[in-house]
Amino acid sequence: MSAASYAEFGPARQGGLAARFLRSRFVAVTVIVLAIIALWYAGAFALNAPFQRELDARAELSPTFVEFVHSTWSQERPVLPAPHQVAQELWKTVFLTAPGSKRSLVYHGWVTLSSTLLGFALGTVLGILLAVAIVHVPSLDRSLMPWVVASQTIPILAIAPMVIVVLASVGLTGLLPKAIISTYLSFFPVTVGMVKGLRSPDPINLDLMRTYSASGAQTFWKLRWPSSVPFLFVSMRVAIAAALVGAIVGELPTGAVAGLGARLLSGSYYGQTVQIWSALIAASVLAAVLVGIIGVVQKIVLRRMGMAAA
Amino acid sequence: MSFLRSWQAILALVFIIVAVLAPVGNRGISGSLLETGPEALVAIVLMLVATAVAAFPGRTSFTDGAVVFVGAHAGAWQALALLPLVAGGGAGWGYWALVVAAWLLAWRLVTILSAAEPSSRLLALLLRVVVPLIFGAWLLFLWEVVVRGAGVPQVLLPAPSAIGARIAASTYLLWADFRQTFLKAVLIGYVVGCLAGFLVAIVADRVPFLKRGLLPVGNLVSALPIVGMAPIMVMWFGFDWPSKAAVVIIMTFFPMLVNTVAGLAASEAVHRDLMRTYGAGYWQTLVKLRLPAALPFIFNALKINTTLALIAAIVAEFFGTPTVGMGFRISTEIGRLATDMVWAEIAVAALAGSVFYGVMALIERAVTFWHPSFRSR
Repeated sequence: MSAASYAEFGPARQGGLAARFLRSRFVAVTVIVLAIIALWYAGAFALNAPFQRELDARAELSPTFVEFVHSTWSQERPVLPAPHQVAQELWKTVFLTAPGSKRSLVYHGWVTLSSTLLGFALGTVLGILLAVAIVHVPSLDRSLMPWVVASQTIPILAIAPMVIVVLASVGLTGLLPKAIISTYLSFFPVTVGMVKGLRSPDPINLDLMRTYSASGAQTFWKLRWPSSVPFLFVSMRVAIAAALVGAIVGELPTGAVAGLGARLLSGSYYGQTVQIWSALIAASVLAAVLVGIIGVVQKIVLRRMGMAAA
Repeated sequence: MSFLRSWQAILALVFIIVAVLAPVGNRGISGSLLETGPEALVAIVLMLVATAVAAFPGRTSFTDGAVVFVGAHAGAWQALALLPLVAGGGAGWGYWALVVAAWLLAWRLVTILSAAEPSSRLLALLLRVVVPLIFGAWLLFLWEVVVRGAGVPQVLLPAPSAIGARIAASTYLLWADFRQTFLKAVLIGYVVGCLAGFLVAIVADRVPFLKRGLLPVGNLVSALPIVGMAPIMVMWFGFDWPSKAAVVIIMTFFPMLVNTVAGLAASEAVHRDLMRTYGAGYWQTLVKLRLPAALPFIFNALKINTTLALIAAIVAEFFGTPTVGMGFRISTEIGRLATDMVWAEIAVAALAGSVFYGVMALIERAVTFWHPSFRSR
């Protein structure tokens, strides 16, 4: 462990301040991100150029190259909107529109976020309960575990529309149906991770608990549960990303009413590419923030438990 | 204590008594189970014998398992035989007691089988396959019995038999959808996406700067809702399968990239030093040491990607397709509330996904047989 981390950070410790800065991860990531943005602009030019040429021919314009490039980056409905167009749309719909309005991304983001969080909470609880049952009941381990694994080879997102429509037909609408899809997606990583985590204590520690004549509950709360916490957080990071995907896909069949998924769908109906991209970026930011929050909580909790990673 | 541990047997006994006394149906047939025919008596006797055997939890011999197996399934068989009589919500207390008693015996059976310590490895392997199969079969049985016995509306949840009939009646349609979605979009996208992820990982490994920059970006992207790219891809590549394959490529690329990069770092420093003392170059070290060491990680990505690819292709079809494909069928049939067809598609998708995953797992076993996780314990 320490050898590996030393090897990773070793080269960065050599050389002067400038050299160290140039070799840092920050610079590398920044360069890659800038490269992606540059590629994006180039792609926007290449993909939008044919249509722009047609437009110019129709309007009998003969723009200079600079003008032409500029106009490919500012079309109304581009094949690929340029980054600044998406940024403008994001700025407009997030900050300049009232949060209660249906045009506001804050409103749609909140709809998606609330069902994500509900589904994530349900999925985490369900996953933990299943894992506890599987670890403690041998017959469940043999019979249920293979089906938990098999349940994930079912493309659950494919059932999402049906779950929504069927639940709507029995009068269940709104937050819960979407949350159920998120739950289904997020329970699996938690179950698998927690089964691993609850089994992670060394046999020697379990034996020690037995010499203390600890009861099953005591062994669980004092040994198994604490040693499974790192596994829980790793699983929760996967689970919350999955829950967000579930919530977005769950919004597709509701007829594009509200939520980031609805924005995607209505954008694709009306060819509003800028709207699709801004919804996509908003979803990505949301995912990154959620995963980041779990990461921060993980750091704090593990440090307080005395298990902080170096 | 041992008395408590056989609680399944005690409960089963209670339920068998209820099954014999209470009426089977709440309309039409209102008599008790024994009045439905001589087979019912046979089933009850077999279940009673099984209950008696199951009441001794300490013993887990092969004959015990066989007796409980016969008893539980005689009860299940009887419940299935009576199902046409009580279908549409006509099941009475006696019927449900029969089902619950049989189910308790089946639970006991699974417990006996899990606790068994088979003498030969073949038998152990057989048990590992049989136990989940019994569980799955009972899941289907309970589903069928509850849906038909309690009269759950077809729209809400069709019975497995109805789904099976639908699959049999529309194999041609299902095959056409399977070919469009799986054989074209999923397979092509999967191969291209995994290959691209692998190659970029090799390049990133060769250029440390790329690795430092790409890895955090790749980690971030694999947490993003990439499925959202589907409408854009449909807009770019049209309604047919190339747009779905494109979504699959994006979806499978990043897990492969991240896992391969992590795998290439997995070889131990001692081994790399050894390769250096042999005077091996970069490519020799890569092919002979680091790629084999990375294989478990690569297969991990390959297995994750099987499910992701199928999901990506099906969801991408929600945004527009020619009039064929699994996602298209699901979204149109659900609009007509033809849930049995939707479930038929889901069954096909689940089967395809499981087989795809299973094939990858088998290849993994064959290729990385040396890895510690496959050594027999």
